[in-house]
Amino acid sequence: MKLTLWTYEGPPHVGAMRVATGMEGLHYVLHAPQGDTYADLLFTMIERNAKRPPVTYTTFQARDLGSDTAELFKNAAKEAYERFKPQALLVGASCTAELIQDDPGGLAKALALPIPVVAVELPAYQKKENWGSAETFYQLVRAFAKKPEKRERAPGERPSCNILGPTALGFRHRDDVVEITRLLDRLGVDVHVTAPLGATPADLVTLGDADFNVVLYPETGMVAAQYLLRTFGQKLTKTVPIGIGATRDFIREVAELAGVDATAVLEAEDSRLPWYTKSVDSTYLTAKRVFIFGDATHAVAAARLARDEMGFTVVGLGTYSREFGREIREAAALYGIEATITDDYLEVEAKITELQPELVLGTQMERHIAKRLGIPCAVISAPVHVQDFPARYSPQMGFEGANVIFDTWVHPLMMGLEEHLLHMFRDDAEFHDEAGASHLGGSTIPSAPAPAPTAAEAPEAAAILVAERPVVWNEAAEKELKKIPFFVRGKARRNTERFALDHGLSDITVDTLYDAKAHFGR
Amino acid sequence: MSGAVAATAPAVLDGCDERPVLRQRGQREVFCGLTGIIWLHRKIQDAFFLVVGSRTCAHLIQSAAGVMIFAEPRFATAIIDERDLAGLSDANDELDAVVTQLLERRPDIKLLFLVGSCPSEVIKLDLSRAAIRLGQRFSPDVRVLNYSGSGIETTFTQGEDACLASLVPVLPNSDESQLLVVGALADVVEDQFARIFTAMGLSNVRFLPPRQAADLPPLGKGTQYLLAQPFLSDTARALEERGATRIAAPFPLGVEGTTLWLQAAATAFGIAPAAFRAATEMAQERGKRAVGNQRALLAGKRMFFFPDSQLEIPLARFVSRELGMEVIEAGTPYLHKQHMAEELALLPQSVALSEGQDVERQLDRCRDAKPDLVVCGLGLANPLEAEGLTTKWSIELLFTPVQGYDQAGDLAELFARPLVRRTRLVV
Repeated sequence: MKLTLWTYEGPPHVGAMRVATGMEGLHYVLHAPQGDTYADLLFTMIERNAKRPPVTYTTFQARDLGSDTAELFKNAAKEAYERFKPQALLVGASCTAELIQDDPGGLAKALALPIPVVAVELPAYQKKENWGSAETFYQLVRAFAKKPEKRERAPGERPSCNILGPTALGFRHRDDVVEITRLLDRLGVDVHVTAPLGATPADLVTLGDADFNVVLYPETGMVAAQYLLRTFGQKLTKTVPIGIGATRDFIREVAELAGVDATAVLEAEDSRLPWYTKSVDSTYLTAKRVFIFGDATHAVAAARLARDEMGFTVVGLGTYSREFGREIREAAALYGIEATITDDYLEVEAKITELQPELVLGTQMERHIAKRLGIPCAVISAPVHVQDFPARYSPQMGFEGANVIFDTWVHPLMMGLEEHLLHMFRDDAEFHDEAGASHLGGSTIPSAPAPAPTAAEAPEAAAILVAERPVVWNEAAEKELKKIPFFVRGKARRNTERFALDHGLSDITVDTLYDAKAHFGR
Repeated sequence: MSGAVAATAPAVLDGCDERPVLRQRGQREVFCGLTGIIWLHRKIQDAFFLVVGSRTCAHLIQSAAGVMIFAEPRFATAIIDERDLAGLSDANDELDAVVTQLLERRPDIKLLFLVGSCPSEVIKLDLSRAAIRLGQRFSPDVRVLNYSGSGIETTFTQGEDACLASLVPVLPNSDESQLLVVGALADVVEDQFARIFTAMGLSNVRFLPPRQAADLPPLGKGTQYLLAQPFLSDTARALEERGATRIAAPFPLGVEGTTLWLQAAATAFGIAPAAFRAATEMAQERGKRAVGNQRALLAGKRMFFFPDSQLEIPLARFVSRELGMEVIEAGTPYLHKQHMAEELALLPQSVALSEGQDVERQLDRCRDAKPDLVVCGLGLANPLEAEGLTTKWSIELLFTPVQGYDQAGDLAELFARPLVRRTRLVV
């Protein structure tokens, strides 16, 4: 048993739902108790899908446990087939149904429906959402993909690939697919099938006809891609094209697999990131200390982009995807740090508190942690939130994705800077709280005498976390500390206190503050 | 249940039980009782809700909370893993360790609910024994209670029923005469009712659940209780087992419902009609004006309720009688005929009732009826909007203060807003 306040991933059957909902012509019959239908709202509310997920639940209750839950499942499967007439049926159990061991696969097969039935067993007490997506997609590919007939490409026929991994409820999958499809087209490569997102079971049958596979999201697509490699010899891409460098690598990798010349596409690269990051306006980004946490794919990609393309210093890197522990540890080694691999939100919070980064790149959960600590944050990964489905085109991948990421990461730092300026000027005649907005022609009221600082004023979240402070700040030093931008104040406080401790000082004066600054200054 | 019911029922009650009810069994598109934790933990401010369940349970609560506020919440899940199932670890020892870890983190917690879930019920983990064991260990700092919010036992608001029922045995004894208002209400609404009761001269009024765990109301033969929510059948039974009697009344939704609800209490405690009038007149008028503001838009509009919270019948009564709307179908997950008697007596005969659900068939009926407004859950709302129907998500009726005179206008506005939005948009 494990105490869990918030969870990064849902149960594995939600992963199966992401596959089924992304596809067309597939219906999922889920043996599950009343209440498990909550998962529909993930798709209809967070992703704002106009259609209900193609899922029928048995919604059994206590009274059914005494009678025949198996019969309930058979009826649900039969009615779902008759009503929705899918090309194929996916069947499985949620966590509670797993315990009652009704064998949905066997029951569905016994119905002898005139369509294929694929059963997925997703151990809910061991595995989680992304694993559930990967396993479900793999089982579907295994069930449907047919060995391709050997044939030579006709003269002038373009090479083709499949795009594997995108699902419903994925972090920017919708726009990444568009961006990468365009990029492949410019390289002269056709996309044969994109799956699961937008594919039908019939499309999966023909997966083997493509020349190779592009794995955009290893978390959900890698197991199926490796099966296709083993079975049909279909090669696959290993680079996830997030960031300029990775996109260039991806282009070269695709060119190699497809046997095309990438020179023209590489030369015509049209991202603004390289120039924006070189422009003097970006100097202030230099060596900003960032903490990165997300699914493994997005976290690893963000770390490379952060260091090589933004000029940041990566001080923390982690993931909740335990399946990809090796990849994240290898990546962390590149930055000389130890990876944080955990699905415990409290552990991540403790790590961020300890490191006091200047920017957090994380999930919606880290956004809330960062907000409490007063640290700027940008979201780079699922678990998804309604804000992760913006109305505008907003990919993470390819050259346009790099533009989107540049803006997304710089924005919170800018906001932090603005907030600091507002703090700095707030006692000025034009800016103090009682003054009307000057551009609206309001009269300027002279600033009130500075009120004595109260306990309620300027709650410093970072300070609260240091429960028992070993050293005492004198009033002048405390005042001086307040002049430091709030988003680095926590770090300054921590460094000064450590400096004082190391030097056996029990009182912190303004001089101690600046001595520490000189000592730790980069 | 008790003879007092018929005596205090409104005079209009006749033949209310004769109306046909469509009962269906199929897929039920409803939340389980764990969802109630979202408002209960806000209500009892020093209580913690520990679900003993699966990752699904944890995911449900965080998803149903809608806006995920990742502060440290006063609810959590002890996630059962394969080791617990395989008997490699003793589930009780594991639970004790989790509770100890939790209470060390949160010394501010005074009341801990161990909340049963589908998996904990199916593996027959005895949370009542665990609650006694842990209660002894952490007494007197923390009281430990248990209830089931599992989907196999409870539908959505029945989780609150189970929670309040678990509180009843620990309420202190007193046979003194008092009014006990039962069911979680927003604090602002509770304060309004308390002021009205005081104004009419009813001084000994308590509320269940309390805002603080230490503030448990007493209970005994002198207690007459008034249900503020329509889904509290187990709680009602538990209260009556300890000698309390129910004051039968419709529910305090809309001006009429609020008046009849307050009136039932006033009558039960012998409050003079003049005192009742004086205490409620102004608020009644104000409420009527506020509801009246929405009536022009809503009158004659046709409405369809999917089953969700058991508030559907009182709401159907409100929109029919105070807003002049036509309710095509009022679906409810569970119909408690006795607690609903006063409501059914007021509900126009034209309203079709359904209990339970077969969601696909109900959607067929709904599409055929082409209502102007559909009240339904979050899983159905956007898909129905995309089909051209106008919807109101039902969960908002639980999270928004809607009871009482000064919220009657807000309640009407909740139904008006989706329709207003449709008329404003030109896209």
